[in-house]
Amino acid sequence: MSDQIVIKILLVAAFVVFGIVLLRPGRSARNKAIRAITLLVLLACGVFAVIFPSVINDLANIVGVGRGADLLLYAFIVVFVGNALATVRRQRAQDLQITRLAREIALRNPEYPETRS
Amino acid sequence: MDEFICSNDDTWLIVPLYNEATVVRQVIEEARAVFPNIVCVDDGSSDDSVIEASAGGAVVLAHPINLGQGAALQTGIEFARAQRGAMFFVTFDSDGQHEVGDALAMVQRLRNEPYDVIVGSRFLDDRTNAGALKRAVLRLAVLFERLSTGVKLTDAHNGLRAFNREAASKFQIRQNRMAHASEIVAQIGEHKLRYAEQPVHIKYTEYSLSKGQSLWNSVNILTELFIK
Repeated sequence: MSDQIVIKILLVAAFVVFGIVLLRPGRSARNKAIRAITLLVLLACGVFAVIFPSVINDLANIVGVGRGADLLLYAFIVVFVGNALATVRRQRAQDLQITRLAREIALRNPEYPETRS
Repeated sequence: MDEFICSNDDTWLIVPLYNEATVVRQVIEEARAVFPNIVCVDDGSSDDSVIEASAGGAVVLAHPINLGQGAALQTGIEFARAQRGAMFFVTFDSDGQHEVGDALAMVQRLRNEPYDVIVGSRFLDDRTNAGALKRAVLRLAVLFERLSTGVKLTDAHNGLRAFNREAASKFQIRQNRMAHASEIVAQIGEHKLRYAEQPVHIKYTEYSLSKGQSLWNSVNILTELFIK
């Protein structure tokens, strides 16, 4: 087990860095807070999984997956897809805002032809 | 032509414009002979489209960035319906593929018949020469729209449409890019607007063909419609 100590430290360090980034002061809406808490819990699970990898294996066996690594992959895919969908939705909302902004600018500056017959 | 100028004071032509500097002036000038009120919505053109359209005699609104034809139409509709005395609205392409006479006939129908929207169709007579593949794709689009909106049209993506205030206040185009044509059809059904079709001639000039919609766009339109 001791030969894996380096990667363990690296992974834990990475998660800790993510956690610090998350905890820095930012936006205030409630669902953002909920998202942050969820992420923190996930990070804690990550740390736990790195320190006690056998737990993931046991968990995998309980849910009928052969290895812990497979379970992690599945979890990763779920999170990734969820994230991708959230991004698309946010993108659409942002596009709509940009459209409204650009339209407002256009409507405020009509350019009339110099000579109207 | 003077009688037309008087009689069409209550009509606004809405012309989305994107990089058409070579033709737009002539298109606007020809249309102005019949419709005195024209609003061009420039969608972030990088050429002299704005200057040319203005020289042709149109009111020009300019999107600061390129948003797409659907967004330009919506901007034009919002501008036109806020104008004093505006009763009828026509969406008209800036590349010269539509005929002013067709637009005039459509507005006349709105005046005389109980419709909210008159949609142009290429396929009601045989003036328009579309390629076989293009024809097939448009037919497929029509079928798709009939199934999904209940609105029965023969030409799904004709840019020439005329509508009254009632319809103008209902249209809310959110599809910025090409899928707006289907969206308009959907909203005709949704708001139970009274609609009819008018045979129109699309001039597939060498110019419009050289930059016209490629058939690949139909794939893009479908993706835009389905992935919300």
